[in-house]
Amino acid sequence: MSVMLNGLPFLWHGLLVTLQVSAIVVVISLLCGVLLGVGLSFGPRWIAWPVRIYSDLIRGLPLLILIFSVYYMLPLTGWNVTNFWAAVSALAAFQTAHVLEVTRGAVQSIPPGQHEAGKSIGLGFGQRMLYVVLPQALRRFLPPWINTVVATVQGSALVSLVGIVDLMLSIQQVIGRTFKPMPMYVLGALIYFAINYALSLTSRTLEARFAYVRE
Amino acid sequence: MSVSEKRAADPPMRGADPQVPTADPLVKVRQLTKAFGANQVLKGVDLDVPKGSVVSIIGASGSGKTTLLRCVNLLETYDSGSIQVDGVEVGYREGGKPRREQELARIRADIGMVFQLFNLFPHLTAVENVMLGLRKVRRMARAEARAVAEQWLTRVGLDDKRDSLPIEMSGGQQQRVGIARAVAMNPKVLLLDEITSALDPELVGEVLKVVRSLARDGMTMILVTHEMTFARDVSSQVVFMDGGRVAVQGAPQDVFGARAEHERLRSFLARIELRDV
Repeated sequence: MSVMLNGLPFLWHGLLVTLQVSAIVVVISLLCGVLLGVGLSFGPRWIAWPVRIYSDLIRGLPLLILIFSVYYMLPLTGWNVTNFWAAVSALAAFQTAHVLEVTRGAVQSIPPGQHEAGKSIGLGFGQRMLYVVLPQALRRFLPPWINTVVATVQGSALVSLVGIVDLMLSIQQVIGRTFKPMPMYVLGALIYFAINYALSLTSRTLEARFAYVRE
Repeated sequence: MSVSEKRAADPPMRGADPQVPTADPLVKVRQLTKAFGANQVLKGVDLDVPKGSVVSIIGASGSGKTTLLRCVNLLETYDSGSIQVDGVEVGYREGGKPRREQELARIRADIGMVFQLFNLFPHLTAVENVMLGLRKVRRMARAEARAVAEQWLTRVGLDDKRDSLPIEMSGGQQQRVGIARAVAMNPKVLLLDEITSALDPELVGEVLKVVRSLARDGMTMILVTHEMTFARDVSSQVVFMDGGRVAVQGAPQDVFGARAEHERLRSFLARIELRDV
C-alpha cells in the first residue's frame, strides 16, 4: 500500500501523457473515421474501394507492428518525425479504421426511405448527411464508438515501447527503482480502469439521452 | 421552350387558374423505359399531366405504377425516354449526360413527394419536419419557416401536434405531416405514392380529406392508389397501367365505365371490388 502511495506522484506526468495521446488520437480518428465511413457507405467506387482496402489491411495488423512500422519506416522515407508523433499517427491510423467501420454500420442502419424523403424536399448530399442521416445514426454510433475510445486508452500503453513516457512507462520506471512490480501494476490497472469505466458511464448517459426512437 | 421562359419570369402560383387548361402539360412523360435486371418494368410509357389536374394511376402490383411515379423525381433512374417537368428534363442534361447532385436537388425541390410509409424524420418534431426543407433548401429564416410550417400543419388539422415526434403520432397524423412537409415547399407537382396503403382503415379518411382539399385548390397531383372510389371522385384523369404500359387512360367515368371493353381492366376492377366487400 505504501509502495502505491509513494509511487503515485511519479505517475502524474505519465498519466497526462497517456491522456494527451488518447485525446489526440480520439479526435483525429473521429474526424477521419466519420468522413471515410461516409465515403465507404455512399461514395463512388474510386472512394469506397481504397477505403475498404485501408480498413481491412489496418484492422488485420497487430497495433504493435503498426507502431513499430511507422516508427522505423517513416525516417527511412526521409520524413523525420518524433517518436511521439510516430506513435500517435500509428495509433490514429489504427483507430480510424475502427471508427470508419462503426460509422458505416451506423449510417447504413438508416432506412433508404430517410434518404428518399431528404431528396424529395430538395436536400443535397451534404445536407442529407448533416440534417437527416448523421443525427439519426448518432444513437447507433455512440456505444461502439465509446468502445473504440476505450480501446484507444488501452492501446496507448503500447507507445511506451517506442520510449514515450506515458503512464505505462512511468509505472515501469517506478518498478525499476523499487523492485516491487505487483503493487505498481495493480495501481496502474486501477488508473486505467478508472478512466475507462468513466467512459463507459458517459456512454450509457449519452445513449439514454439520444434514445428518441423507441424500438 | 417558351413555357419554361414564362415560368422563369413568373414564379409558380399554386392554383392560380386550376380550370384553365394550358397548351403544354406540366409533366410530360415520353416513351419511358426502365428495367430492374431482366425485369422490364416500364415498356414505353407516355403520360401528360396538365397543370392543376389530378391524375390517378391504378393497376395491379408489378404493373410499374410506383416505378413510374418514382422516376418523375429521379428517385429511380430510367433507361430511355424522357420526363419533363415544367419544360425541364429531369433526368438528363442536353447531350444525355446525367445531372449532377446539386441540379437534381434543385429540381426535386419543386416536385413534392408523399410516401407510402410516411418517411418522416424521426428525430424531428412535426413542425421541424416541415421546416427542414424551408430552412435549408428555400433558405427561409427560422421564424418565417416556422410560420409557414405551422400554417400548413393547421391546414392538415394538426395544430395540436406541432411539437410531437413522429413516434407519438398515429399513422394518419404522420401521413398528414408528410403531406404538409411536401406542400410547404410549394411544389409544381405533388406525387403521392399509395399514401393510404399503410394506414388502418379508420385513418384513411382523414388523409384523403386533405388530398381532396389540395385538389380543390388546384394542386397538380399524380397519385398511385388502390382507393378506387377516391380515384374516381378526385381525379380529372385515370390511368390504368398493365405490364409496364398505359393500357387505358381517360376521364374517371370513361375508365371505370370502360370495363366491358378492356379485359385486363375489367378483371383488375373486379378483384379490387371483391376485396372491398
